[in-house]
Parts: sequence; structure tokens; C-alpha cells
Amino acid sequence: MIPPSFQYHAPSSVDDAISILTQYGDEAKILAGGHSLLPMMKLRFAEPEHLVDINNIDSLKGIREENGMIVIGAMTSESALIASALLQEKCPLLPEAAKLIADPQVRNRGTIGGDIAHGDPGNDHPALMLALDARFTLVGPNGSREVEASDFFLGTFYTALEADEIMTEIRIAPQAANTGASYHKLKRKTGDFATAAAAVVIEMSGDTCQSARISLTNLAATAFRATEAEAVLVGQTISDELIKQAAAKVMEACDPAEDLRGDAEYKTHMGGEMTRRAIKDAIKRAGGN
Amino acid sequence: MSAAEDTLERQDQLQGIGCSRKRKEDPRFIQGKGNYVDDVKLPGMLCGAIVRSPFAHAKIVSINKEKALALPGVHAVITADDLKPLGLHWMPTLAGDTQAVLADEKVAFQQQEVAMVVADDRYIAADGAELVEVEYEVLPALVDPHKAMDDDAPIIRDDLVGKDEAGQGKRTHNNHIFTWDVGDKDATDRAFDNAEVTVREEILNPRVHPSPLETCGCVASFDKINGALTVYITSQAPHIVRTVITLLSGIAESKVRVISPDIGGGFGNKVGVYPGYVVAIVSSIVLGRPVKWIESRIDNISTTAFARDYHGIGELAADKNGVIKALRFSALADHGAFNAHAQPTKWPAGLFSICTGSYDIPVAYARVDGVYTNKAPGGVAYRCSFRVTEAVYLIERMIDVLAQKLDIDKAEIRRRNFIKAEQFPYQSALGWEYDSGNYLPALEKVLEACDYEGLRKEQAEKRAKGELMGIGLCTFTEIVGAGPSKACDVLGVGMFDSCEIRVHPTGSAIARMGTITQGQGHQTTYAQIIASELGLSSDDIQIEEGDTDTAPYGLGTYGSRSTPVGGAATAMAARTIRAKAQKIAAHLLEVSPDDVEWDVDRFQVKGNPDAVKTMKEVAWAAYNNVPEGMEMGLETVNYYDPPNFTYPFGIYLCVVDIDRHTGETSIRRFYALDDCGNRINPMIIEGQIHGGLNEAFAVAMGQLISFDEDGNLQGNSLMDYFIPTFVETPHWETDYTVTPSPHHPLGAKGVAESPHVGGIPCFSNAVIDAFAHKGVTHVNMPHTAFNVWKTIHQLGLDN
Ligand SMILES: Cc1cc2nc3c(=O)[nH]c(=O)nc-3n(C[C@H](O)[C@H](O)[C@H](O)COP(=O)(O)OP(=O)(O)OC[C@H]3O[C@@H](n4cnc5c(N)ncnc54)[C@H](O)[C@@H]3O)c2cc1C
Repeated sequence: MIPPSFQYHAPSSVDDAISILTQYGDEAKILAGGHSLLPMMKLRFAEPEHLVDINNIDSLKGIREENGMIVIGAMTSESALIASALLQEKCPLLPEAAKLIADPQVRNRGTIGGDIAHGDPGNDHPALMLALDARFTLVGPNGSREVEASDFFLGTFYTALEADEIMTEIRIAPQAANTGASYHKLKRKTGDFATAAAAVVIEMSGDTCQSARISLTNLAATAFRATEAEAVLVGQTISDELIKQAAAKVMEACDPAEDLRGDAEYKTHMGGEMTRRAIKDAIKRAGGN
Repeated sequence: MSAAEDTLERQDQLQGIGCSRKRKEDPRFIQGKGNYVDDVKLPGMLCGAIVRSPFAHAKIVSINKEKALALPGVHAVITADDLKPLGLHWMPTLAGDTQAVLADEKVAFQQQEVAMVVADDRYIAADGAELVEVEYEVLPALVDPHKAMDDDAPIIRDDLVGKDEAGQGKRTHNNHIFTWDVGDKDATDRAFDNAEVTVREEILNPRVHPSPLETCGCVASFDKINGALTVYITSQAPHIVRTVITLLSGIAESKVRVISPDIGGGFGNKVGVYPGYVVAIVSSIVLGRPVKWIESRIDNISTTAFARDYHGIGELAADKNGVIKALRFSALADHGAFNAHAQPTKWPAGLFSICTGSYDIPVAYARVDGVYTNKAPGGVAYRCSFRVTEAVYLIERMIDVLAQKLDIDKAEIRRRNFIKAEQFPYQSALGWEYDSGNYLPALEKVLEACDYEGLRKEQAEKRAKGELMGIGLCTFTEIVGAGPSKACDVLGVGMFDSCEIRVHPTGSAIARMGTITQGQGHQTTYAQIIASELGLSSDDIQIEEGDTDTAPYGLGTYGSRSTPVGGAATAMAARTIRAKAQKIAAHLLEVSPDDVEWDVDRFQVKGNPDAVKTMKEVAWAAYNNVPEGMEMGLETVNYYDPPNFTYPFGIYLCVVDIDRHTGETSIRRFYALDDCGNRINPMIIEGQIHGGLNEAFAVAMGQLISFDEDGNLQGNSLMDYFIPTFVETPHWETDYTVTPSPHHPLGAKGVAESPHVGGIPCFSNAVIDAFAHKGVTHVNMPHTAFNVWKTIHQLGLDN
């Protein structure tokens, strides 16, 4: 449980961080909250020779509104997401879901950017980002680019980030009128990753679903959007039967790996069950029934 | 103030037996001021890190130390070949087997100890361990104990090939360790042949691991000048460790000092002697410097002392009214690669024969076969007396199975079978003499407190609506406090325990015991016993344990033996002191000893309340004015060999609600009535009950040490291995009755393991009861959401 030796860098600007990353290439790793990276280093699964700690870069922290968008610094901690009045009002899904991540110790240090950048299908933010249609700002030696959440998650521990890039910001549109969102997560105990979890954002007009985004955690090699399930709902009058059909579509899309949380059959069923619960909650919150 | 009030006030001031005083140790622990083994830092101390096997079963082709030795700061790399000249590459186990200290030519379980790197600090040691190159030739692994005795099973123990004995009687296969049986087989078989009703069910106690907060470790320090060895160690039995060290090393026992400082929980995990200790000691002797070895959490879960792994079949024979006529049981016990079962030496299945439980069962027969597999060695009694959890699980599950078969209520069937109050002392079919018990009133008390009838009604209504609710009962009897030396020994040392008390001139005292607290609150409980016996305030009584240079020899703390044995020694020692004090008091009062009587904290001349000498006054006199011919001083030591075990009992009731879509369980209510005889500190008892119930909940609902087919351990960190936090832990309601032990000087029995032993079957019974209306009589632990869902899904209840 002791990592091999490494060299520690603590730059105070994004530019400095990028120049260190450029200098050491694959031998360097960004250190954010450390709650995914350090366990891997202690088990010697990850053995970076250079750690670039970006906790001193103040510009990467905080939550603000800019041009009608919510902008979250990548180094914002889970605890800060939970405490944010802005998010509670304009993007309540995020603080609600962040409360279900790990435990207070982890949430005090773990960051939203690290949670996304890690590319772990068991992490909760990837599915939330898909459901919220988020965009990420990635800054590298050649400047900055924007990537949509739907283009970001390429495989387990594999994302659109280059080794010399830093995720600086996450952009999310405030929750629209007549819209409800919900995240349902089944876990074995507090502090555990999801056995299965579903994020749902639904816009309603009376009893009719105008639009829906459904995404799933830990049910395939990456977080994914269940577009066929969404299609079942959109334009329809919502009924229990319809919700069941949408959940069944989610189950068809699941391809989970067996582990001690359960086998593929159980996890798939739980994907369906979490979806059913999240849809119901989201509709209620959108003002439907 | 009346005389009665005065007496009460003086009694209260002592904070003695019966007082819920706060624990003396808490200020230290709450402020982080404990002193654990890993807090010990000696000048020049080195650190050891163990190189472990990645494979469950493999030949060691070669070990190359060169790169590790070349790393600056590495002092030694020790392998079996280095231990061989000392004869220390293998060591005896408590169960009569031998265990490889470091893998000798082969490894037989994943994470087995292969080498130790000793370096300046733990960081260099860890880097060094990574540099040791071990070449393996992988062998087929044996994981399933049911396949252990197949003709073509891989042989785990090449060292035993051709030997028809592995320390516990005759064996019949290369992977067979022992056969143990008890009871009258023929009479039992006859009872089954003639029975009106019989039931049979699988009884599995899966492999789990007791997980104390503090992992195992030691600091060994050999003084080359004096040839003396000091070992700080996480041990529940430091005195036995000292004897073992002497037997292994040849160092005179007087030159070996073993110190168990504060221990962060044991639960059986810290009873054994582990390879890491042995290698740290050898390294210190060889290098002449102190050597520390501390387990990581993964090391702890993977290698030191698992528990259970009992794969059994239980059977009951009864009449149509549910009155039990006979019990039969057979099991395979998976002991892993070495039989390091922690047990009194001659008891291969521990005290399993308590399995007739709280019921008057005329005849019984049980048989256990131990087998080797490619898993870590053990097992230990996880917060229970030796194999008592397995025994109680058997009978408490089987009586439910019988009730279901006969459609008799699960409380009613227990009433019909209980041993009656007037039958005590009760001779069980399997040879025990239960000291005392009074089961029926305790059961009625619990049923009433929980409105059992109302719960059953609610359950029927819920079932009609397709909802799942279960009610579990467990009415258990334990056997604790090993034990009478005529029956129990460890490596030939009888299982007595001891207490030495010294009363100082100004009337405070220090007492030392052969037991060792690991969180049980001995410093408080023992002081309360002495306070009541000697009439001195428990605040002024200092308790010390765990240093073999100062404490009298004792067998340690496990199997709920501290109060039954150590507590009895403490009372007896105090009484010896009081008898001497009485003579001194009489001398001071100028009357004959027969003319004074004891009154809380003083001696009084009979019939003359004004003629008194307090214990404090007597203590002073003991050092300057004693009767002619009497030795000065006020101290004694008592070695107490108990005449019998103690038999605490409990009545538990659990109500569980199950989410039929996810399989999640929610414990709505858990009511635990315990009877441990006379209660010394009710608050400590309640704390112990809470802790034991937490661990019972953990075992029943989530803990499992599981392996894939290659013998890879799955889930060896706390991410997967279930330790409930306060979020998961149910609310516990506790209650008690008092049925004193007739043979214990204080009428007390052990208690801290009861909740674990009784809790586990209670949870299982509750979960299975939720499915009883669908004909389910059995589901294996642990009752995780996944496992419960499988039952739900099979029955189609999730639609
Ligand atoms: C006990 C425990 C339970 C947990 N349970 C959950 C859970 O239920 N749900 C959940 O979602 N997570 C869980 N986690 C993970 C936790 O949320 C982590 O904090 C998170 O996954 C990673 O964020 P971090 O800030 O700690 O990143 P780090 O661990 O520091 O980094 C993770 C990876 O992302 C890279 N990285 C970090 N920040 C950036 C950036 N700005 N730009 C580019 N790359 C970057 C790092 O180089 C590294 O590869 C748990 C962790 C623990 C220890």
C-alpha cells in the first residue's frame, strides 16, 4: 500500500501545469483530489514518475453563471457542488447526485473534473454529464478546445483528453422550465460505487413528455445514454406501462461486468429499476404526475 | 442520614459491581492517546515488508534477491532457505499441524508469505519487496472443499504425503486433516428411523474474516548483550506467545518479554502466531536491531486468520407436535492450506458440541471432517467461543425449518423444546453440564415487548399485498469461558487465568491479570470487581495487562473468557486480601477476627457500629502494625481454574422489510435480550452487545471471503469487504434478565460474544422467514441485496 517514488510538482497556473505535462509526457499525471489516482498508485497499478498537483490553481475552482450557462471549475470539490446555492436553484440534479458519491472525506477532496477525467464507468459524474448535455473545456499546449460529454467517454479509463491536456471547465445549461431531473443510485453501502444508477432529465408539457435524456452509471464499459429508451417516452402521454417499456429499453442497452456487486443479470435488472424510479421522480418534479 | 442511606452512599462512591460508570480507558482513546504496536518506535528500528505469492498454488522455481539487496537502505532479504538452518522455516500451529513460516519450495495460497525485506523504513522496504524476483510454476488450485477428497484432487501439502496423521488423529486422504465426531451415532440413527417427522437442510457458514480496526503487527527487539528478546505484539494471548517463542527459539522464557500494548480490536484475529511475527523476530536476532512488521489492510484480510468456512448438513427428528427427538449433523471444515485453527489443543471442532442449544434434545450426533484447500490458513473464532457460532447457527436454523415443516409458529416450537428452569444444572446429550438458565420467561418478555402477535398479523397482511416482511427469532445458549484445565489446554498449558492485586499503604491498588483487553473495557470492569470486594473506590484501582514481565501468567482474552475466568481470579484474589485485612482489622479493634463483619468499605465489630476500621486504615496498618506472626503487606496472586464453563443465553427478535425490486433489506427492529448472569457494568455490557450485533449484522448481511476458480481472493479491501458504518447499522434495543452462574464467584457469565453468536442466525431467520410462505426454508449467507434478489427473482416476486 505504498506507492513507488515520484517527483511532485505544484504549479500555480494552468500554463505552468501544461508546460510540465508537455515536458514529461506519459510519465506525468495530474493530481486533483487524488481519490482515484492515489489508490491506484498505492496498489502500484499506476506508477507515474511525476505528479502535477493542480490544487494551487485557483482559477480552476468555483461555480459561476456566464452568458446564461453554468460554469463549473474542474477543481471544484463535491462538497462545494453540494453547498452551491446556484446549483441547487438552477441545476439541482448535480448537488443531489453528488451527495450520493463516496463519503464526506472523499467529497471534501474529490473534484468534479477528476471524477469525469478518470473515465471510470463506476463514477457518477459521467452519466450526469451525459444527462445534462455538458461541455468540457480542455486546455493543452496548442490552446483550448471544447468537447461535448457525448464525445468524451471513449472506453474504460479512456477519454478524449490528451496526456498534455487539462480539463479546466464544465459548462451546463440551467434547468429549463417544466423540466425535472432525478438520479437513482443503488449501492451496497455508503461510500460504495453504484451497482447501477440512472440519471434522467425530462421536460413535460402536461402529461406529455417533450424531451428526455436518460443515462446510466456502471452498466457498460463507459457511462452511456439510452437513446432508444428516451425515444419511447418523447411525444407520448406518460403512463406506468410506458415507463416500464423505457426501462426495458435501458435493460437491452446494458452490458455490465460481473463483480461482487452482482452478476450481469442482476445489474441489468437494477439498471431498469433505477431508471423506472428516476423517470417517475423526474416527471413529478417537472410538474407531471 | 439513616444507616441504610449511609450504606448506599458508601456503596455508590465505590463505583463497583452493578455501576454503569464510564470506561476508564475512554479519555485516552477518544483523545488519540492510545499506544498501539505501530506507535512503538525504538532507536535503530528497521521495517519489514513481506513478498507475497500472486498465485494460490505454485512451485517456487527460484528466488532472486540481488536487485532488492542492491537497493540502498535494504539490510536483508529473508527466505525459507535462510530460516532452514535455524529450523524456523516451519512452525507448529495451535491445532497440531505445522505451517510454513516462509514458503518452502511451494506456495499453497494466494498472498502466502514468500520472503521478507528488511530496510531502513517502510517505504524502502516496500520498494525492496517489489524488486525480489520470484519465479513460479503454477499448479492447479483446489478451491472447493467438496472436491478436496476427490481421487484426482491436487495435493496441497506435499510435506504430509504418506502420513496418516496431521496432528488430530487419523486421516484418509492427502487433503484430509481429521475426522472429529461426538455423540451416540447408533442411538441417533435409530431415533431418525423411528421419527414421525424429519427435516434436513444445508447449513453453510461461509468464510469470513474478523476485521479489527488495527491490523496485526509487531516490533521485535533482540538485545545481543543480554541475549534478551522483547516483542511488542498485537496479541490476544501474550503469555502463550512468550512460551511459543521460547519453544521455537530456545531463548530462556525469563529472557523473553512479550508486551501487548493497546490493542485495536481482536475478534479472534489476534490469537494466532503469524509468519510476519516470526520473521521479524529472527531478523532482529540476526541483525541485532529492532524490526517492525505491520500488516496492511489487504495483508490482514487476505492472510491472517479467517473464520468459519463450515459446510454442513443439519437434520432434526421430531414428533408431530414439534418436540425434537434427535439432532444429526455432518460438515466439511475448510481449514485452508495449513490447519492453524485457534482452539484448545485437543478440540478440532472447538466447542461445536454445544449445538443442541437451548433445547432438551435426548440424543445427538455430529461429525466434522477437516480438509485442506488452497486458501489462507485458520480459522479462528470470530467474536465467539470456538465454533460456537457454527453450532448455534445449526440449531437455530434447523428449529425454524422444523417449525415450517409442521406449520407450527416459530416461537411456539421453541416453547415446546426449551430446557426447563428446573432441569438445571442440565446434562446435554453431547456431554456438557449447563450451569444455569431460564429461557421461557425471557422469551415471553421479548415477544411481549415486540408485540409478536401483532407483527405476525402485519406480516400476513403484507403478504396478501405481495410485500416481503420477515420476523426472525433466535433463542440461543452459548458455552464460554474456557475452561476447566481438565478439559482444555493450549499446547499443554491449562486454560486457567490469573490476577495479582497489590494494595498500597494509602489504600489504592494495582492489579494485573493474565488476560488482555482489546476494547472490552477490562480496566474498568476489573476495577469495579475489586472495588466491591475490597471497599476501595474503582477510581483508585489501576489495572494492567499485557506485559509478561509484570503480569501473572494467563491464557489471554478470547472466547468470552475474561469475566468467567479472569474475573473469577480477580474476585478470589480480592477475597484472599480481604480475609487478611479482616485479621488486621480485628487486631486493630482488639477483638477476634470472628467478631468483625464486613460493611461495604470497612470492618465493624459485630453489634457495635462505632467500632470500625475502613479498608484504607487497614491498608496503612498492613505496612506497620500487623498481628504477631503475620507477614507485612497486602497483596496476593490467584490462579483460577474454573470448575465449568459458563452458559449465557439470549432471546433475539429481528424484523426485516425487503425491497422486492432491488433485494435490499432494511432491519426495522432488532430486540436483544441477554442473560449473562450478574452484571458488573451494565453500560459496558450494552456497548459490547451493540458491537457484537454490528458484527453479526456484518456477517449475516454482507461479509464474505470469496475466491475465483483459480484461488484468487476476490475483494480483499474494505471497498468490497463489508464493514457496516453507522449509516447501515440498524438501531439496537437491548434488554436483560439475570440468571446467575452458580459456580462463578460473582455469579457472572461471559457476554461480549453472545450478540455475534445469536445475532447471525436471527438475521438469517428473519430474511428466510420473509419467504417462508413461498416454501423457502433456506438461503445462504450473506444476505446481500444481490443474493436476496436472486431468491425474489426465482420466485417471480419482483413482477
Ligand atoms: C472510498 C471511495 C469511494 C468512492 N466512491 C465514488 C462514488 O460513489 N462515485 C464516484 O463518482 N466516485 C467515487 N469515488 C471516486 C472519487 O469521487 C474521486 O474523487 C474521483 O473519481 C476522482 O476525482 P479526484 O479529484 O479525486 O481526481 P484524482 O484522483 O486526482 O484524478 C483522477 C484522474 O483524473 C485525472 N485528472 C484529474 N483532474 C484532471 C483535470 N482537471 N484535467 C485532466 N485530468 C485530470 C488525473 O490525472 C487522474 O488520472 C470514490 C473514491 C473512494 C476513495
